[in-house]
Amino acid sequence: MVILELIWFQNLITGVYIALCLSLLLAFIRLLKGPTLPDRVVALDLIAYIVICFIATYTIATGKEAFLDAAIVLALIAFLGTTAFARYVQQVGHTKKPDESL
Amino acid sequence: MMKSLILQTATKLLFPLLLLFSIFLFLRGHNDPGGGFIGGLVGAAAFALFAISSGTEKARELLRIDPTFMIGLGLFFALLSGVISMYAGTPFLTGHWAFPMVFGAEMHLGSPILFDIGVYLVVVGFTLAVIFSLEEEG
Repeated sequence: MVILELIWFQNLITGVYIALCLSLLLAFIRLLKGPTLPDRVVALDLIAYIVICFIATYTIATGKEAFLDAAIVLALIAFLGTTAFARYVQQVGHTKKPDESL
Repeated sequence: MMKSLILQTATKLLFPLLLLFSIFLFLRGHNDPGGGFIGGLVGAAAFALFAISSGTEKARELLRIDPTFMIGLGLFFALLSGVISMYAGTPFLTGHWAFPMVFGAEMHLGSPILFDIGVYLVVVGFTLAVIFSLEEEG
């Protein structure tokens, strides 16, 4: 592919990587700080989607299509993980009082 | 089980997609990344999603076969692929190939695919046996 060798395209890819790293860091800070469990679940979900973006960007940058399958699997499974977490929050919410460190 | 209309509608869309992708991964594993293990995991994820949205009873009905039976069936298939080579006088689990003509095209049928089917069934069966029993307990 010709476009992969252009300087502006490579700079663009680097810029995308930096932006994704920044958003990953911010999502990670939210995961650490909380303050509630739903916040952390949303942060984990966001991290999964940023990783998908990473894989997609890498696929565009290198032209290796095999990585895209990992992105598809992650996109399908990340949804399942969030759902399972939501179910857990629902169950904990029933047994514990809402003010007890959720 | 979660009584959520959003989740049930999303599952209706995602369930066939996950199963299709699982079969795609399974068949492609012969020459490219993929194979019985990851295909089985994606297939099990489809049924796990269905179990979360509609309950384990309906998921068991949809699966038709008991997950524990599935593990045994998978191991049987894997063993079968090994036994074939023993009858041909070669070491255990040696790959053997047949080339029958199907609709005018040559088809490459081999015993490795039988082993992969076994892996697929064991992974789906084991994962679902764990997930279903965890769901029913909670």
